[in-house]
Amino acid sequence: MIRFLVKGLLRDRSRSLFPIITVTIGVTLTVFLHAWIEGEMGDIARSNARFTTGHVKIMSKAYAANKAQVPNDLALLGVKDIIDRLEENYPDIDWVKRIRFGGLLDVPDSTGETSTQGPTTGLAVDLLSPDSPEIATLNIKDSIVRGRLPEKPGEVLVSDEFAEKLKINPGDTVTLISSTMHGSMSMQNFTMSGTITFGVNAMDKGALLADITDIQQALDMDDAAGEVLGYFKDGIYHDAEALELEKTFNRRFSAAGDEYAPVMFALRNQDGLGEYLDLANYMSLIASSIFVAAMSIVLWNVGLIGSLRRYGEMGLRLAIGEDKRHVYGSIIIESLIIGIIGSAIGTLIGLAVAYYFQVHGLDIGSMVKNSSMMMSNVIRAEITAVTCVIGFIPGILSTLLGAALAGMGIYRRQTAQLFKELET
Amino acid sequence: MKFFMVITLLFVSTYSYAESPDGSEILTKVDQNMNSETQVVTSKMLIHSRRDTRTVESKSWTRGTEQSFTEYLAPAREQGTKMLKLEDKLWMYSPSTDRIIQISGHMLRQSVMGSDLSYEDMMEDQRLSKMYEATVTGTETVDERSCWVLDLVARKDDVAYHSRTMWVDQERYVPLKEELYAKSGKLLKKTDLKNFRQINERWYPMLIIYKDVLKTGDGTEFIIDAIEFNTPIPEHLFSKAALRR
Repeated sequence: MIRFLVKGLLRDRSRSLFPIITVTIGVTLTVFLHAWIEGEMGDIARSNARFTTGHVKIMSKAYAANKAQVPNDLALLGVKDIIDRLEENYPDIDWVKRIRFGGLLDVPDSTGETSTQGPTTGLAVDLLSPDSPEIATLNIKDSIVRGRLPEKPGEVLVSDEFAEKLKINPGDTVTLISSTMHGSMSMQNFTMSGTITFGVNAMDKGALLADITDIQQALDMDDAAGEVLGYFKDGIYHDAEALELEKTFNRRFSAAGDEYAPVMFALRNQDGLGEYLDLANYMSLIASSIFVAAMSIVLWNVGLIGSLRRYGEMGLRLAIGEDKRHVYGSIIIESLIIGIIGSAIGTLIGLAVAYYFQVHGLDIGSMVKNSSMMMSNVIRAEITAVTCVIGFIPGILSTLLGAALAGMGIYRRQTAQLFKELET
Repeated sequence: MKFFMVITLLFVSTYSYAESPDGSEILTKVDQNMNSETQVVTSKMLIHSRRDTRTVESKSWTRGTEQSFTEYLAPAREQGTKMLKLEDKLWMYSPSTDRIIQISGHMLRQSVMGSDLSYEDMMEDQRLSKMYEATVTGTETVDERSCWVLDLVARKDDVAYHSRTMWVDQERYVPLKEELYAKSGKLLKKTDLKNFRQINERWYPMLIIYKDVLKTGDGTEFIIDAIEFNTPIPEHLFSKAALRR
């Protein structure tokens, strides 16, 4: 019977083409929109995780209490020992040390006098170790605009926008003027090996990316770091696991009364990101639900119209003695076939469009040029497991429901009435 | 009757003068005592930060209030760092970078070597009597010494501290302590001057304790190990070329 119905659908395009196109368009929109909302909502949390919060972050209690001021005088000491213990106790997480710092980047002229100068926000990460995960975490290799990655001590990357403002090129010498962790003025010469675009306006304005060993030396922070960040090895933030980790770590390591004891914060408990994560989840759910519901109504109507359009055909089939249940069953199976084909094509097209925007994204840099939020300049879609199946809800269920509702009329039609209809 | 009133008024005004002399006059005497034509000072700063205590040693050559040259001697990390002040400009030389950087703008508010002193404090290039209008507001005893309490209000806006309260020794005309305020009236710094030693005709504090009240930590002790007044200083020291030597 299914083979017969498929043949019927293929041969009678009015029964298949329009409904399949409609279902395909609806499912494509549903799939793409879901991926877009997922991508947009997750972006701020991801950007913050990469640059600021990690999936979990460890600081000294005193540093954490004043972290907005980046108080390196309150940094963690004995960081090597801390990381060794973390790697031993929590092997499923990549642990990295970072130093955030501020200062002035001073460019000398040929006589050594200041040529140009600008305020900089620095980030020191492990750039030179061969097994450092930071190059991948911060996507540094692909973000280089001019020059190359630092290959030896004393080399730094400067944000491309900032480098252009300071009129410096790869190979030029710059002097970082900052404060040591003891508060003294610190001056250190670096060679700019390349320029970089972080894709986050807040950093592209005046950022400096340096190797952490160089900055430890420049800021007199021997075996010290402001922050130790942890990332789950699969790169995805797991909220429940991170919160459990935070609880066990703080119970074990945070000695009461010691303001320099390490304290851990899950991403959720940093910078109001918990509220944002919840909001993002609700927004994503609400937006997807509204769109799925709207598409369901559209596709339900398609099912209704499709079935009602064949009112005469159904009447004839009933008049020549076909069982009502059989006619109803055939309508349901036909709608199911249309729903499956339309949903499959729609999902494939939707995923293809979403994949394009996942890879290339949409550049909104010009719209957020004055933003200081950790937000990407490029908004990308994000394909998740849900994206692959969400289109089937309106695609199959609504078509099926529409056909089922329209088909109810079959049971109300009487044989005498059918003959009268056929005579006219 | 008239004669009696005139005598009474004369007596009262003379008594008041003796009790509360003119603030500007006191401040001028303080300036004369604390400043000299030249000064060569070897000193150390004990910086009591929130976490530890560091010692920074230096030698300074000062001419008047407008020219000053400082070389840091210890610790090893700061050794060879030099600072030059010429009128309203301040330069710093770092031997590790071989660069001379002018310190200006918001950098002036940064702490000197992590101490409770800012570069702005070092830039004060005029005598107090020229910068502030002084009023005597009372008398108090500080470290068992009788003091005038002076309220100082800036004559101009371009000063680091809009007002000060200064306790001045009534006999030696040296400040024993000071409180420095912002224009809003907020207390910014406190200074205690101790261990006075008589050098020639003047009394000079060999220990000054600075406390930046906006900063955590227990303040900075500025200890003078040796001081020479009015000794000749070669002219070439107060030049940018001297920073690299």
